[in-house]
Formats: sequence, C-alpha cells, structure tokens
Amino acid sequence: MNAASPVQDTIATIYESESRRVLATLIRLLGDFDAAEEALHDAFRAALEQWPLEGVPANPRAWLVSTGRFKAIDAGRRRKRFDALDDIGEKADVAFIDTAAWADDESVEDDRLRLIFTCCHPALAADAQVALTLREVCGLTTEEIARAFLTPAPTLAQRIVRAKAKIRDAHIPYEVPSRAELPGRLDAVLRVIYLVFNEGYAASSGEQVTRHDLSAEAIRLGRLLVELLAEPEAQGLLALMLLHDSRRAARTSAEGDVVLLEDQDRSLWNRGQIREGVRLVEQALSSGRPGPYTIQAAIGAVHAEAASTAATDWNEIIGLYDALLRVSPSPIVELNRAVAVAMRDGPAAGLAIVDRLLSGGELRDYRLAHAARGELCRRLGRTSDARFSFERALALTRQGPDRRLIERRLAEVSK
Amino acid sequence: MKYLCLVYLEPDKLHAVADRECAACGQGLRDRGVLLAAEALEPIETATTVRVRNGKMLVTDGPFAETKEQLAGFYLVDAHDLNEAIQIASKIPPAREGSVEVRPVRELNP
Repeated sequence: MNAASPVQDTIATIYESESRRVLATLIRLLGDFDAAEEALHDAFRAALEQWPLEGVPANPRAWLVSTGRFKAIDAGRRRKRFDALDDIGEKADVAFIDTAAWADDESVEDDRLRLIFTCCHPALAADAQVALTLREVCGLTTEEIARAFLTPAPTLAQRIVRAKAKIRDAHIPYEVPSRAELPGRLDAVLRVIYLVFNEGYAASSGEQVTRHDLSAEAIRLGRLLVELLAEPEAQGLLALMLLHDSRRAARTSAEGDVVLLEDQDRSLWNRGQIREGVRLVEQALSSGRPGPYTIQAAIGAVHAEAASTAATDWNEIIGLYDALLRVSPSPIVELNRAVAVAMRDGPAAGLAIVDRLLSGGELRDYRLAHAARGELCRRLGRTSDARFSFERALALTRQGPDRRLIERRLAEVSK
Repeated sequence: MKYLCLVYLEPDKLHAVADRECAACGQGLRDRGVLLAAEALEPIETATTVRVRNGKMLVTDGPFAETKEQLAGFYLVDAHDLNEAIQIASKIPPAREGSVEVRPVRELNP
C-alpha cells in the first residue's frame, strides 16, 4: 500500500474529525471505556484495510461505529470462551438491539455531552477529571498530557486508570445530567476547562509550545460545549478564554518578560478573538442572571474595547467587579476591584482598600497583593513603603518572568 | 446496585440530629423501596477491634487510628447508579453535620 495514498489521507482527516464522536458513541453502546477504545482502534484498522479496496463508505462515522461494535462483540465472544465471567459480550449483544438509534446525529451529539459530563464527574478526583477529559474528549495521548502538566507519564496513566475503574465499579452513569442537577454538574465541567486553559495561559515553566496547546485545547472544548449546550455560563467561559487569549502576543516581551496590561502594545491584540469574545459576552449577558465567568468575560471585554488604559471605562469595570463580588465573593476579586478603584479615583483610594484587605490576613501570602501595594505606594511617592512591599512580593514569587518584573519595579524605587 | 452510605460525625455532633429526624429519613427511604438496612452506632469508645494474625485472634480496644470523625451509622441502599446513591446520601440528615461516604458494594465472587 502506498504510504501517501489519497484514501489514507481521507482516513487521517476522518480520524481527526470523527474519532472522538465515534468513541463517545462506542462507550454508550459497549458500556465500557477500555472496550470502546479498543473497538475504536479496531474500526480504524479495518478502515485502513478495507477502504482502499472498497472505497470510502457514504457515512464513514456510521461505518466506524458499526464496525467497532461488531469487533467488540467478536472480542467479547472470544474472551468469553476463556473466561465465562466476562460480560462485555453480553453488553454488546444488548446494544445490538439498539441499531436504529446508534448513529443518528442527535444521539451522537448527546454522546459527546455524556462523555464530557462523565469525565468531569465530581466523584472523580479533580486532577483525574482534567486528565480524563484531555485523554477521552480531546484525544491527547497520555504522554502529551503528562508533558503539558509536567507530571511523570506513569503517574498520569495511573490517574486515568483509577478514574476509569471508579466509573466502572461505582457505576457512574454515562448520561447528561437532568435539568435539576445541571447547574452543579456544569460548574464542574467549566472548572475543568478553565483549569486546562490557565495551565496553558499562565505557562511559566516547561515547554512553552506544549503548554500553549493546552489553552488552544481548552478553547476547543469551550467551543464544543457551547455548540452542544445552550448555557450562558458556557458562552461566558468561552468568551473569557478568547478575550484572555487575544492578548497572548502582547503579554510577553521578546526577552520573555511579562508586559502588564497598561504597557501592552494593543495593536498586537487578536481582533478576531476579541470580536468573537465580545459577541459571546453580549449573548451570555442577555440571559439575565450572569454567572462569574460571564462577568469576568465582560470585564475582559471592557479592556479589549479600550484604546488605552486611560481611555478604559473604569467605572464600568468597578460596577462589574461589584457584580462579581455578589455572585462569588473572594478577597482576590476585592483586590482586583481595588486596583480598578485606584485607576478611577487615584492611588490613595486604591491603597486604602488594599491595606484593609492585607490587614484582614487572607491575602498575607498572596504575592500580587503585595505587588499591587508596592505599585500604589510607588505612584504616591512613598518609596520606602513601596520597597518593603515589592521585597515581600519578591519573596513570595518563584517564576522567572514574574520575578524579573518585580525586580525591575524594586530597582526603580531603590534608586 | 447496592451502596453503603457511611455516616461520619465528630464526637460532639453525634446527637446533633434528632433521632426522630433520622428515623423519618429511614422510613422515607424504606417507603420508596431503596433501603435495605440502616442503623445508628454507639460512640467509638464502645468499639472493639478484632484481628486474626497467624491463626491467633487479637482483640483491642477501639480502632487504632485517632480520627476526628467517627463512624456514627450506616444506610445500605439499592440505587440505580452512583448519581442516585449521591442523591440519597445528600438527603441523610447528618450530611449537614458531618459527612457521608458512599461506597459501592462489591458482590462476592465465590
């Protein structure tokens, strides 16, 4: 067989676009993750053998699902001869009755949602949810996930094995949650996606390229979720990720140093991502009661649409932080709000809030609180206070680029 | 599928939920046909641990580990899947005061 035959190219393209859909459906039909993965491989192996001779079928996805299912039934029967207790064959036989429903578009799209909700089930460990989602929903290999999370591959593989065993042994159902359960379960899915995004976005160690891929993967997951489920907070999260990501090219200098929002070259911001993000925020906001992701995205949209820091509508941003504090109160949100207050009312007004937050104790070891205090003191000309806070911030900062940023500030107030 | 819902409480909260409320919860689950068994337990000071090592029985006072929360009772339920078992567990009154561990029952394979 010729290595670059057109049929093989077609199969590679179909693998790219359909393999996750086929897997999601096979898990439903076979009731088992491992059996479904094996069946998926067998189906594509069969395609590589048969399609060059017989041509590509009219509905490749249906062909792959049906072939995978038969291969699994076969494998189950073969195994049964040796092991009477194995029930894979029985499950596959039950699924056999289900032929009418297994490959129509609607149930296939439901299968993808079932897969996402199952991988992000709150009964699974948080790190296992992330690993399983990237493995099963995104199709990343265990090695790729391990590299991206700077985790040894065997540790990661173990996490995935344990999660699958729990799904099987504790009977975590393969289903989209009911309306009543949806809000809580959706939160878990959104958290996993945002965690993957931040792991790539806040990349401060490891191979930059690999970790950037995680952000792209998270955005893809976000898009998939929005496509499958008309939920405003899913739109809000996708908008938030797009608006953050739109600034990627501007947030590090050629030397790899951090460039703060106010110093960024705004012509480097990705206008396409901003347009899409803003449109999604508007849609999500029109639902009435915006959740935390939507509000954070709205804040990002205000920044994205401003020509400069000075031209930013800080009043609007402070109002959005107030709304965010109402739906998810946290001292970190209060700190961000204090910085916005400093931009609107001057550094003294912001500093008063930051000092109150620091004396509250919760942010005592939060480096950005000390960095913000240092910056506000510097603007007020209180250099020794600024120096004290920057030194405290530096002591709490481990990552190279972030350290260099604080060191530059420290040098400025130490002149 | 059977699940054992193990109720854990800190010692000073063993009586935080009135017996009447626990009994009503059990009756409600029994009426729905999902409850196989449920009992409350005496405090951990009354516990005895039994081990057999090299054919010899060892009996000791209490469990070894010093734990903040102790097993206070259990509900053995019959649920369709983990989601249903979690729903049931969330309705067990002491879930408000302590925690409920949901464990699938492993069918013996003799």
